[in-house]
Amino acid sequence: MPQASSSAAPERYMISVDGLRLLIEALRARGRRVVAPVVADGAIIYDDIDSLELPRGVTDEQEAGRYKLAQRGDDAYFGYAVGPHSWKKFLHKPALRLWRAERKGDEVTVEAGRIEPQNYAFLGVRACELKAIAIQDRVLMGGDYVDPHYKAQRDGAFIVAVNCGKAGGTCFCVSMEAGPKVTQGFDLALTELISQAAHEFLVEVGSPAGAELLAELPRRPATREDTGAAQAVVEHTAASMGRHMPQEDVPALLMRNLQHPRWQEVAQRCLSCANCTMVCPTCFCTTVEDHNDLAGVESSRTRRWDSCFTMDYSYIHGGSVRPTVLSRYRQWMTHKLATWHEQFGTYGCVGCGRCITWCPVGIDITEETQAIAASEKA
Amino acid sequence: MTENLERILSEHRFFHGLDKAFLELAAGCAKNVRFEAGQFIFHEGEAADQFYLVREGRVALQVSAPGRGAATFLTIGPGEVFGVNWLLPPFRWVYDAKALEPTRAISMDARCLRGKCESDHNLGYDIMMRLMPILIERLHETRLQFLDLYKSHA
Amino acid sequence: MPDVPMSETAALLHARPMVPQIAHVRRRRHDAPDAWTLELDMANGERFLYAPGQFNMLTAFGVGEAAISVSGDPAEGPLIHTIRAVGPVSKALSQLGVGDPIGVRGPFGVGWPMAQAEGKDVVVVAGGLGLAPLRPALYRLLRERARYGRVTLLFGARRPEDILFRQEVERWRGRLDIDVEVTVDHATDEWRGHVGVVTNLISRLDTDPSKTVAMVCGPEVMMRFVAMALIDKGLGEETIHLSMERNMKCAIGHCGHCQLGATFICRDGPVFTYARLKPLLAVKEL
Repeated sequence: MPQASSSAAPERYMISVDGLRLLIEALRARGRRVVAPVVADGAIIYDDIDSLELPRGVTDEQEAGRYKLAQRGDDAYFGYAVGPHSWKKFLHKPALRLWRAERKGDEVTVEAGRIEPQNYAFLGVRACELKAIAIQDRVLMGGDYVDPHYKAQRDGAFIVAVNCGKAGGTCFCVSMEAGPKVTQGFDLALTELISQAAHEFLVEVGSPAGAELLAELPRRPATREDTGAAQAVVEHTAASMGRHMPQEDVPALLMRNLQHPRWQEVAQRCLSCANCTMVCPTCFCTTVEDHNDLAGVESSRTRRWDSCFTMDYSYIHGGSVRPTVLSRYRQWMTHKLATWHEQFGTYGCVGCGRCITWCPVGIDITEETQAIAASEKA
Repeated sequence: MTENLERILSEHRFFHGLDKAFLELAAGCAKNVRFEAGQFIFHEGEAADQFYLVREGRVALQVSAPGRGAATFLTIGPGEVFGVNWLLPPFRWVYDAKALEPTRAISMDARCLRGKCESDHNLGYDIMMRLMPILIERLHETRLQFLDLYKSHA
Repeated sequence: MPDVPMSETAALLHARPMVPQIAHVRRRRHDAPDAWTLELDMANGERFLYAPGQFNMLTAFGVGEAAISVSGDPAEGPLIHTIRAVGPVSKALSQLGVGDPIGVRGPFGVGWPMAQAEGKDVVVVAGGLGLAPLRPALYRLLRERARYGRVTLLFGARRPEDILFRQEVERWRGRLDIDVEVTVDHATDEWRGHVGVVTNLISRLDTDPSKTVAMVCGPEVMMRFVAMALIDKGLGEETIHLSMERNMKCAIGHCGHCQLGATFICRDGPVFTYARLKPLLAVKEL
C-alpha cells in the first residue's frame, strides 16, 4: 500500500556502527529474537545475538567443496558471503512435532502441535536469501493449503537485509536474477560503507515497520556521494561473480536432455549424501515419523527435513522409484532449474552457491548445466 | 456351399478385406465346425493339421502339469484365431484346446492352406501379414503375464 | 473461496492440514487375499464428502500414515477404504477391528473426469486392486446412468480368487446398463471366464473412439500398455485418464515426495490425462 505522505525519492539514511548496535537493541527492546551471522566452529552461521556480536573483520574463502574463514584486514561486519546455514532453519524448522495423540480404549484424542511464533528479526539477510524466502513462501503459503507452522514464523519476522559487498567464490546470483542488490521483501536494507574517514551503513527503508524503527536511531540523510558509493559496492560485487549459468532457456535445455550421458557421468562423482539439499535455502522437502510409547497409549508424529537423495524418499511398495544416483541427482537438479518453474513460476535456485561449496566432491550445478548446454553446441 | 463359406470367411476379422480371389482359394480349405462345452478340440503333441477361426463361443488354451491340473493361459473368443502352429514345421500342437462354451468355428485344413500359400506366394504373404501381428501381440501379452503385475510386492 | 460453507471436517483440515481427524471402524470385510475393506464413521458425526478418484491419508496410531484411495459410494453410506496389506502402515490399517479409531486426513487430489465424461461412452479399465479407486466412479456412473452413454468395465486380475469386490462385480455383470468383462492372468480349469491380460479385452472392445472417455487404474506397467491399446483403438491422449501412485507424506504439495516431472501426484493428480503423463512415463526413474 502506498504511503500517502512519502515523497517520490526513496528514503535513504546513514547510520554508524553504533547505530547498528542501537538497531539490534531496538529490535530486542520490541521483544524480538534477533538472529544474525556469528562465527562458530570455523564457519559463519546464523544464531541468536544480544548485541553487536557480528563477525567483525572476518571473511570466507569458498570454492567447490571448500570453505575456510580468513581475516579481511578491516573491521567490516558483513564482509563475507553466505555460510552453511540459511534462514529456512528458523522459518521451516528442521524438525517439529505435528501432533500427539492419546488413546483411552477406543477413543483417541489428537492434540495439534503448538505453534509458537518467535517474533524473529533476521539481521544480515542477503538478496539471494530474500529471494529464497519468497520462493519458500510460494511453496508453503501460496497454494490451497498453508503450512501454519511456517506462516506463524514468517508473518511476524522483521528483516534487515544487507547488500553484498563481496561475491563468494561459488556465487552466481546474477545469473539467477536473485542479487546481489536487495530490491524487495525487507523492512530495512543496509549497505556497509568503509572508507578511511568513516565506517557507516547506508539504510534503505522497505516497510512502515522499518521506517518506524529507523526513526528511533541516530542517523543523517544519505548524500549523493553516499548513494553513489553504495551503488558502487553492489556493482563491484555483481561484476565479480565467479560462476554463471548458460545464457539460454535452462528449463527447456534440461527437460530435453533427461537422457543425456552427463547424468551418468555426474552420478559417478555424486555420493548421494544430501548435503546440497540440507544447505539449499529453497529445498523444502520433509518426511514424517511416528513414535509411540511401549504401552500404545501415546503416539506422536514429527516432521523433519528430508532429501530427494535418499532411497526412502521415492519408496513405494516394491521398491524405490529412483533407485540410482543418476535418477536422484537428475531429480534434484531438474527440480531446481526446470520443473520448479512449471510448479511455482520461478527457479528453485537463487545462485547462492551453497550446494557447490558444501558438496564433499565439489559438484558444481553451473558446471553441470554448462556441460549439457555445451554438448548441444558441439 | 463354398459361396456361403466365402461369406463367412470374409466376415471373420482374420480374413477381413481379403482379396476376392484369395477368399475363393482359402474357402476351398475351410469347413464349419462345432464343439460342445467341455469338448477338447486338440491335445498337446498331436499333429497340427487345422487352423481355427472362432465365430461364436470361447476356447481355452491350456497346459497341464501333474498335480496342478490344467492351467489356462489364454482364452479365445469370437473373431479370434487359434492353432497357429499349422503354418511352420514341426506342425505340432504345444497345448490343449478346449471349448468352454458351445463353440462354432471355421476349421482350415492346414495341409490344403499351406499348399495354396506355397503355390501362390502373394496369398502366402497376405496370410503371413495377418498372422504375424497376432503372434507378436500374444508374445507381448505373455510377457505381461510373466511379469505377474498384480502380485503383491510385500 | 466458494460460497458453500465448509464442513467442519474441511475447515479443520484447512486450519491444520497435517493433523488427522478421528474416525472409527464400523465394519470390515476381507475383499481379496491381501486386501481388506474398512467402513468408517467420522467421530464428529459428519458424512465425509469427496469426489470419485480422491484419496485420504489414513493413520494407524503409533505406526504411521499411508495414502489410500476412497473406494465407497460418494453419494451415500460411510467412508470406505480398501487397503492392501503391503507395508507396516497398510498392514496395521488392514488389521483394525470394529470400533477401533483411525486417523483421517483428506480428501486430497483431483479425481476422475466425471463431468467431462457426461454424454460420452465410458470405458473403465481396472487391474488388480486398481478397481478400488475406480469403484466410486462406477457408483456415480450407475447412479446417474442417464448422463452417460455406454458404460464398460474391463477388469483384469491375477487369478480368479484375487478378484476384488467379486460379488459386486458379478452383480454388475448381471445388469443390462453396463458391460462387464473380467479376465485373469492365470487360471485353473474351474474358471469359465476370460484368460489373458486386460489389454486383450481392449482389442476386442467395440466402441466409437470419438465419443469415448477412458478411466484406467492398476499397476503402472499395466496402465502404460492399456493406454497404448486405447490409442490403437483410436482414443485421443486427452480422453484417457490414469490414476498414478507415488510416495506421499503430506498430500498437500508441501513435502516433495510424490513429484513426477513437474507434477505433484498428490495435488495435481492422482488422476492425469495420458497426454500429460506420456512424456513422463517415457523416462525411466523420473
